Amino acid sequence: MRKFKEFIVEKLILICGIASIFFVILIFLFLLKEGLAVFKTVSLFKFLLGKNWYPISEPPQLGILPLILGSLLVTLGAAIISIPIGVGCAVYIAEVAPTQTKEILKAGIELLAAIPSVVLGFIGMVTLVPLVKNVFHLPTGLTALSGSIMLAFMAMPTIVSIAEDALYSVPKSYKEGAFALGATRWQTIHRVMLPAASSGILAAVMLGVGRGIGETMAVMMITGNAAVIPHSILAPVRTLTATIAAEMGEAVVGSEHYFALFAIGIVLFVISFAVNVTADLFLHKRQ
Amino acid sequence: MAKIITKDLNLWYGGFHALKNISLSFESNRITAIIGPSGCGKSTLLRVFNRMNDFIEGLRQDGEVLIDGVNILNGKTDLVALRKRVGMVFQRPNPFPLSVYENIVFGERIHADSVNQDTLDEVVENSLKSVLLWDELKDKLNKSALMLSLEQKQRLCIARVIAVKPDVLLMDEPCSALDPQATMRIEELMRELKNNYTIIIVTHSMQQAARVSDDAGFMLLGELIEFGNTDQIFTAPHDKRTEDYITGRYG
Ligand SMILES: Nc1ncnc2c1ncn2[C@@H]1O[C@H](COP(=O)(O)OP(=O)(O)OP(=O)(O)O)[C@@H](O)[C@H]1O
Ligand SMILES: [Mg+2]
Repeated sequence: MRKFKEFIVEKLILICGIASIFFVILIFLFLLKEGLAVFKTVSLFKFLLGKNWYPISEPPQLGILPLILGSLLVTLGAAIISIPIGVGCAVYIAEVAPTQTKEILKAGIELLAAIPSVVLGFIGMVTLVPLVKNVFHLPTGLTALSGSIMLAFMAMPTIVSIAEDALYSVPKSYKEGAFALGATRWQTIHRVMLPAASSGILAAVMLGVGRGIGETMAVMMITGNAAVIPHSILAPVRTLTATIAAEMGEAVVGSEHYFALFAIGIVLFVISFAVNVTADLFLHKRQ
Repeated sequence: MAKIITKDLNLWYGGFHALKNISLSFESNRITAIIGPSGCGKSTLLRVFNRMNDFIEGLRQDGEVLIDGVNILNGKTDLVALRKRVGMVFQRPNPFPLSVYENIVFGERIHADSVNQDTLDEVVENSLKSVLLWDELKDKLNKSALMLSLEQKQRLCIARVIAVKPDVLLMDEPCSALDPQATMRIEELMRELKNNYTIIIVTHSMQQAARVSDDAGFMLLGELIEFGNTDQIFTAPHDKRTEDYITGRYG
């Protein structure tokens, strides 16, 4: 009887495991099937590097370069903002803050992670967008920069918590060794702790920023959604994700436009996958 | 000449009295061993001399510790300067996850106002030579220090301390991670180094204390039971408890 139970449980778990892989494969195949269809009419080269995205003109022009650049610009901006703040915050929490401050900060960061992105987007729309508009004297505050700032907020919790873990897992003996040689706290942090935790911190940054590439809602709400090649971070942009979200509803099923949106999905998938795998490599290198 | 003198040194971890009225003196150019059972306060005593206990919350200490005649226990002590003069080698070799070269010049980089490449190269060569690693490692200076053998790592850690030009070397069970041959060679190195340094070694091994030290102190439950010439401590201890310990009758 006991053996039988054991057998059932074992098989159930096996089925769960297989099912999850099965669904992932199914989703991926579906994505491929729908997405690759677009390449019957456009070449891969033209799709990725085409400068014009006019999906409903006749004939449709399906170049996603402006969208790729939009995503990259917003993400890059977010990285530039969130990396120093996030890593700095992690160093403060892990190495400097007294216990009580540490707890408060950690709770705050978790709270930040719990805010739904649509709420962040909404708040950004009514506060950040007018601010950017006024500070830079722009016709509109719906710019890549606004998106970057918002995304930086979203990347921060991931960066802080993973980088903090990385710093904690640096052997205490390194710190002792540095102090015993007469190093100050700051010297110890920047000459020993940060290099020792560098692969974990890099992984933290990639995971945090990687989350930004897939982020849709907030970005769609505050970047202006102009599918043109951006010439500065103060121009409106449209990201890959926002394009799918905004246009999927109106694309005719089976049309080139529809297939192109799926192909954008593949591009996103590939980018996210690459970022995650790289981050994973760094994390494992640490162990 | 007495390099370090402690007078009525007491130390508490919170409510726990870990060092009780320790008064003794450590001579220059000699190796002094501190022995005693686990938990008797050997490491605690050692870490008083470079104020490494400062990081522990709830720590309280009183009495005096004079190094070259200056009390280092008061608040005015410049910890960076103190730790430059009083170097420490740990139980488990703890080279930084940097290259061999960067490990050795670490002290130079943090202490010098400006560094010049020739000085650094010189520091590396001299320090590695004095721990007898130069020939082994001179072609591997840019390799990660984590790739070295345990013995090489411990030698490197000694070199890293020597590079800062301290006068005192504190060694907390420096050989406990090493095999007997490596231990012998490190002891050999210590004998060589004592010409230039005041060395204090904490060890669990009575044989090691007998082999390497000139003076020895026996501690028990935070008290210094007996202190004297190593030969005398090991052949004719005055205190019954010392005798019990060195003859292995002590738990
Ligand atoms: N940070 C601390 N907080 C509270 N008690 C401590 C702390 N560090 C050490 N102790 C206590 O102080 C006593 C002396 O510790 P210490 O590490 O100096 O012993 P030791 O002689 O070096 O022992 P071992 O031979 O095991 O290394 C022990 O009873 C230990 O439990
Ligand atoms: Mg100890």
